[in-house]
Amino acid sequence: MSQRTTKASVQTINTPFEAGAHAERLSSLTSAEKASLDREIGLELFRDMTLGRRFEDKCAEMYYRGKMFGFVHLYNGQEAVSTGVIGAMKKKHDWFCSTYRDHVHALSAGVPAREVMSELFGKETGCSKGRGGSMHLFSKEHHLLGGYAFIGEGIPVALGSAFTSRYKRNALGENNSDSVTAAFFGDGTCNNGQFYECLNMAQLWKLPILFVVENNKWAIGMAHHRATSDPEIWRKADSFGMKGEEVDGMDVLAVRGATQRALERARAGEGPTLLECLTYRFRGHSLADPDELRAEEEKKFWAKRDPLKTLEKDLSTNNLVSSDELRAIEKEIDEEVNDSVEYALAAKDPNPEDLTRYIWAEN
Amino acid sequence: MEGTLLFDALREAIDEEMARDPYVCVMGEDVGQYGGSYKVTKGLYEKYGELRVLDTPIAENSFTGMAVGAAMTGLRPIVEGMNMGFLLLAFNQISNNMGMLRYTSGGNFTIPTVVRGPGGVGRQLGAEHSQRLEAYFHAVPGIKIVACSTPTNAKGLMKAAIRDNNPVLFFEHVLLYNLSECLPEGDYVCSLDQADLVREGKDVTILTYSRMRHHCLKAVKQLEADGIDAELIDLISLKPFDMETITRSIAKTHKVIIVEECMKTGGIGAELIALITENCFDELDSRPIRLSSQDIPTPYNGKLENLTIIQPHQIVEVAQQLVRQGI
Repeated sequence: MSQRTTKASVQTINTPFEAGAHAERLSSLTSAEKASLDREIGLELFRDMTLGRRFEDKCAEMYYRGKMFGFVHLYNGQEAVSTGVIGAMKKKHDWFCSTYRDHVHALSAGVPAREVMSELFGKETGCSKGRGGSMHLFSKEHHLLGGYAFIGEGIPVALGSAFTSRYKRNALGENNSDSVTAAFFGDGTCNNGQFYECLNMAQLWKLPILFVVENNKWAIGMAHHRATSDPEIWRKADSFGMKGEEVDGMDVLAVRGATQRALERARAGEGPTLLECLTYRFRGHSLADPDELRAEEEKKFWAKRDPLKTLEKDLSTNNLVSSDELRAIEKEIDEEVNDSVEYALAAKDPNPEDLTRYIWAEN
Repeated sequence: MEGTLLFDALREAIDEEMARDPYVCVMGEDVGQYGGSYKVTKGLYEKYGELRVLDTPIAENSFTGMAVGAAMTGLRPIVEGMNMGFLLLAFNQISNNMGMLRYTSGGNFTIPTVVRGPGGVGRQLGAEHSQRLEAYFHAVPGIKIVACSTPTNAKGLMKAAIRDNNPVLFFEHVLLYNLSECLPEGDYVCSLDQADLVREGKDVTILTYSRMRHHCLKAVKQLEADGIDAELIDLISLKPFDMETITRSIAKTHKVIIVEECMKTGGIGAELIALITENCFDELDSRPIRLSSQDIPTPYNGKLENLTIIQPHQIVEVAQQLVRQGI
C-alpha cells in the first residue's frame, strides 16, 4: 500500500460519506433551475470547455518538456465554472477578474489561445507581452482585468470595475452603462478579509458584480473544512443582505442558469450575488504539487462528474448534437491548441532594449 | 490679497480638477459628509455627490484596491489615507497593484490614481500616527512619490498628480496644513518631477523635503547671519529624484547635507547619498552628511519626540562644521 493510499484511508475513516463532506454537499444539492440548452449554445459551451481542457493538458505537457517555467496552475475539472459564467456574459462589455489559475478564464473571455500560450512561453506576442506569465494574464481588449497571484487581491480590483459601471450610469448619466464584473476566486480566499470587506461594499452600494467562488475543496493542501468554521460559503451572503446561491460547479448549465439570474439582478441595479460553485480540480494545486493528500475515493467521485461528459450527455439525451460532431470539435480544438504552441515557439522574445518599458504610462 | 491655507489650496486643486474632468473622483474614510479629517475635501460631497466623493467603510486594502480597478476601467480616483500610516494596510494594493500592474500587464492598463494624505511626525500623536511612509514605499517600482511643503506647491502639485497617468503617492504633512500663502492666479500646475531651488547659495547644498524645508529655512537664516551662504533645495519629487538640479548644485558647492524626517536606515537620504556618490563623486570635497530621524518608533513624550527628529540648530551646527572645518 502506498503512502498516499494510507493517508487517504485514514482520512476517510472519520468521514461518513466516502468521498468526503464536499462531495456529500454536491450529492445532496437540489439543483436550482438550469439554463436552457439549444444546439447553438450547446456547441458553444462544449467548444469553450474543450478548449479549456485541451489547452491545460498541453500546458502540462509543455511544462514537463521544459518549455514552460515558474508556477503553473491548471484548471482541469473546473471548466463548467469559467464557461458557465463567462459564456453567459457579454464579451468585451462585461469585465472578468481572475486569480493565479487564470488561463481558462482568459480563453473563455476571448483572449486567443495564441496570445495565452505565448504569454506562458514568455514571448512578446503574449497577452501581457511576456512580462506577466502564467499568473498574470491581462487583456484590456477582452476586458480581462488580470490574473492576481495573491489570495483575494483581485476582488477589490473587480469591485472597482463594478464601481466604474455604476459611476458612469449614476454620476455621469450614461444610461447604457450596464456592464457587470465577475470576480473569480477560491474557497481559500473566503477566509480572507478582503472577501468580506468587498461583499460589504458591493451590497452597500448595490454594485453590479458577481462573486464567483470556485470551491474545489483544497487550498493547496488545506482542506476547506479544516480552514473554515462554516464551510457553506454561499450562506455568508445572508449576513450582508446579499443574494447567495449554491451551485453545482460540475454542471455548466447549472452555473449558466445561476449566472443568468445574477446578471439580471445586477443589470437591473439590484446589486451583487455570491455564487458558490462546488467543483474540483482534477490535478494538483500546481504542476509542482505532488498531490499527496487527496483521497482516491474523493478523486474518483469527482472524476465521474467530469463537466465535459455531463454536457455531452445533456446534448446527446436531447438529440442536439451527434457524438461524431463533438469528436470533430475536439479535433479542431486540438489543432487550435497545437497551432498556439507552434505560434508561441516561433514568436520572438521581448526585445532586451524594452526591459524597462511599461513601467510608466506612455501618454 | 488674503492668503490661502495649505489644506484649502489642496481642496481648491481637487475641486478644480473635478470640475474639469468628470472621471476624477475621491474615495476614502470620512472624505464626504465629514469633509475629510483635515478638511481637504470639505464641501466637495455637497457639490459633486456621493459617488464622486465616496465615503468608504474602514477597509484600507479593499478601497485602495477598488481604486485600482476603477482606474483600470476609466476613472481617475484620488484615495485619501485619513492618516498615511493607515495605508500600511494597503501596502499590497499600492505595491502589487498600483505600482507593478502596468508593467506586469505589458502595458495593457494604466493606473491613474493619486493616494494622498497626512504623514510625518505631528505633535505627540504617538508612533502609529507619526509615520514617514515615503521611505517604506520608495522601492516600489512604477509609483511616483511627491511631498508638498507650501500652499502654492501643494496646489500645483496636486493638480499635476491628478492629471498624471501614473499612480502618485502624494505626501502632505500633518503640521503644514495651516500654513498660509497667496496662491498664483489661474490654472496653476507644477511639474511633478522638478525640485524647488528655494534659496541659491555657494557654500553648501542642503537637500530636504516636506516639513523639514521650514526647519532648513530657519537654519539657513542663522547661517546667513553667520556668513555662510547655503543653497537650499526642496526635493519635491522623492521618486524619481531631480538629479539634474541636485547635481548642478553639488557641482557648485561641493558639499551636501541631507535633512529628512524619515528614519535614517533605508531612508530617502540613504538612496540620495548612494546616487550622489555614484553621480557626483568627483565634485565632493567632503563626505555627504545625513541628518535623519532616530531609528525608533516616535515616542509620545514631547521632549523625546523632539529629540527623535532633527531640529534647526542641529542643521546650523553641522553646516558650520562642514563649511568651516570640512568634516
